[in-house]
Amino acid sequence: MAEVTRTLVVWCADWPVVAAGVPLEVPAAVFHANRVVATSPAARAEGVERHMRRRDAQARCPELVVLAHDPAGEARAFEPVVAALEAVTPRVEITHPGACAFPTRGPSRYHGGDEALAERTAAVVAEVLGGRGFVRVGVADGRFAATLAARHRSGNPAVARHPAAWRGRGREAGGSVATTVVPPGGSPAFLAPLPVRELAEPGGPAGPELVDVLERLGVRTLGDLAALPLAEVVGRFGAEGRAAHRLASGLDERLPATAPPPDDLTLAAEIDPPAERVEAAAFVARGLADELQRRLADRGSACTRLVVGAETEHGETHERVWRTEGTFTPLAIAERVRWQLDGWLHAGAHRPTRALARLWLAPDEIVPAGGRQLAFSAGGPGAVDPVEVGERVARSLARVQGLLGVEAVRVPEWRGGRGPAERVGLVPVATTDVTEPRPAARRDHVRAPWPGVVPDPAPATVHDPPLPAEVLDAAGRPVRVGGRGEVSAPPATVALGGPGAGPAAGARRVEVVAWAGPWPYDERWWDPGRHRRRARLQVATAEGAAHLLAVEGGRWWVEATYD
Amino acid sequence: MFDHGGVARAEGLAHDPVTGERAAGGSPAPAPRGGTGAAGLAELAGRVRPTDLARDLRLPVLPALEPLLPGAGLRRGTTVAVAARPGVTGATSLALALAAGASRAGSWVAAVGLGSLGLVAADELGLSLERLVVVADPGRERGGWASVVAALVDGFDVVLVAAGGRLRAPDARRLVARVRERGSVLLAVGGDLPGERSPLRLAVTSSSWQGLGDGWGHLRGRRVAVAVEGRGEAARGRRAELWLPGPDGTVAPVEPVADPIPLRPPGGAAARPAPAEGAGEAG
Repeated sequence: MAEVTRTLVVWCADWPVVAAGVPLEVPAAVFHANRVVATSPAARAEGVERHMRRRDAQARCPELVVLAHDPAGEARAFEPVVAALEAVTPRVEITHPGACAFPTRGPSRYHGGDEALAERTAAVVAEVLGGRGFVRVGVADGRFAATLAARHRSGNPAVARHPAAWRGRGREAGGSVATTVVPPGGSPAFLAPLPVRELAEPGGPAGPELVDVLERLGVRTLGDLAALPLAEVVGRFGAEGRAAHRLASGLDERLPATAPPPDDLTLAAEIDPPAERVEAAAFVARGLADELQRRLADRGSACTRLVVGAETEHGETHERVWRTEGTFTPLAIAERVRWQLDGWLHAGAHRPTRALARLWLAPDEIVPAGGRQLAFSAGGPGAVDPVEVGERVARSLARVQGLLGVEAVRVPEWRGGRGPAERVGLVPVATTDVTEPRPAARRDHVRAPWPGVVPDPAPATVHDPPLPAEVLDAAGRPVRVGGRGEVSAPPATVALGGPGAGPAAGARRVEVVAWAGPWPYDERWWDPGRHRRRARLQVATAEGAAHLLAVEGGRWWVEATYD
Repeated sequence: MFDHGGVARAEGLAHDPVTGERAAGGSPAPAPRGGTGAAGLAELAGRVRPTDLARDLRLPVLPALEPLLPGAGLRRGTTVAVAARPGVTGATSLALALAAGASRAGSWVAAVGLGSLGLVAADELGLSLERLVVVADPGRERGGWASVVAALVDGFDVVLVAAGGRLRAPDARRLVARVRERGSVLLAVGGDLPGERSPLRLAVTSSSWQGLGDGWGHLRGRRVAVAVEGRGEAARGRRAELWLPGPDGTVAPVEPVADPIPLRPPGGAAARPAPAEGAGEAG
């Protein structure tokens, strides 16, 4: 098994909840785009599951604490954990906030074996967390097996059924720490009884489609998959199937690279003027990431592990190794840089004392591109990737919601109605998913005809609330609309009140040069409480402006202006 | 034809359009000069790499608006003031129409501080309501406006902001710088942002609605005259007459030769058009 790297994985359970500072005994769930992405154990006990809609989750658990997905905050909270682990080993790779890994070969010898290393690691992390969450540590041949060893507690029945092959020792300390060590060579046997669905866990190598097909074919456990001939799996599922088969067999996803990536892929940039704020540095990082992507694409490669480093004016440096299960896109790289710097700037005693002056990116592991490229946009570096755009929009909206509250940010939705204010309504963007199409925002969403709708074109300004107005005929008498829908006299002048100003004094009086109407509305005549009798009038003024006026109970309003 | 303006992606433009032109011109590409091994491969890779053309640095606009804008699009990273002469209306429609082309092409549009924006009109002028976000009230505090617009500029290609909102001059200056950095387009509806002089300014100079009679008909179309002025590439002023919108609901140029009364065919009164519904209407 020389080709498998023995790996230790640290997994902080329910990290998004822990990072938000919510105690795990409180039912809480983290939502992204209206779906649950993480839960606290208390919420799971109430039946709240991942991928659930917010509505459904709250129906199951009305007292659920709703948290917004905040990858940057999670990364910031994880930084002390990584910093503490650097005392154990210098090579910690961060997979995502809440999970990191390192090869055990050196540190294990130093600490006196895998078990001792696992316990030491768990103790270090638990000390940082201070009892705020559960720490799971897994050691196994291969990162995938180690991840599953960390995630599955020792009491897992699927594991316990194979005690002969798997001599793992689970240890519990106060319930907040668990370590699981799969002995060398034991990974295939450890993995065999676990469901294939594990391959599609977040950050896993396979998409849910592959797992669905496998399950329908009757391949239910990783052992079933590993038992299939590799050639058949590749023939049917291609590169994705190959990776899945290798993992299920207890191997690394791909053969380890024999040569380090060439030096010319290491990119550095001086930040001038030095960046005091993370945003400025992240912007520089985005430029570097684009350039890196270009260079990698030129040689047909993609990056799966990346060193991000930063240096301040005082020469303080900060380096972290980031790893991804797919390949890094420029956006993902910029995001990692932002997380890392954010964490460093909030690191308490170790925080930098001056502004950031230098930034570098060094690919640590590159693989041939293709097969696994998740978001290499087809049109080249400048092409628009709708998913990426949607995520960028979602992030910026999240910031605005943070500033103004969830209700303040709204998106349009078509509704039935006659007036311009009624035909399109606004709903809080938090109730929708901007990364997905929204049929309600398409005009054909309202199919039923609305007789008496104000004819097109629609006014570009709809006054909310309507402005008071006064409509007079040529003799200076107020224009009235009779019960049969006729005007008492043609309107000759109209006085437009400003917001808050009454139609009386100070209002501007303009001459009406053309008009049409009145169009009477007798709405909800069956409902005495909401019954409305109104009439609308279009007028064009001598200034070239046009307005939509409405009269109700003898009072005139400017409902909209054709601005 | 292309533009070096402070957009990060502009890097590499200096040579890329040249190779692009060579390829397009059909002239035989010179063989890689003595390029063997890695150097030759690198040169080849540079040659076949997709190029960043000037059009990538501009957001598309509706065809009717193309003649009005330098480069036939909205240059990324710029602030555009959209206004109307005093006593003239139409600035809101013009701003919506300006954003419509990019919106149709897939860009997201945000509207800030425009609480009375007519969303049906936005749809009719070509905006995709699927990619429109409205922040009607960005708060009472003065600094709040700037933070909200700055956050939106990060994520949206086009941000419409009420020029008369609670923005102070220093905030406006920072916003303009941020827009330049992020490569989005800020449309200031109602005129320049406080203390700023936008490099591109559009103004409705006259507007007249048609279709309304003396107690009959309904509004059908509007003719507007738009004047464009600015600095740099927009220094040469432009003017155009537009239907905003036309009787068919679209934004279209008013054909300069179009005469409201077509020449009468000899001897035929039958071809005389029905009295235009907007006949009595004056500009």
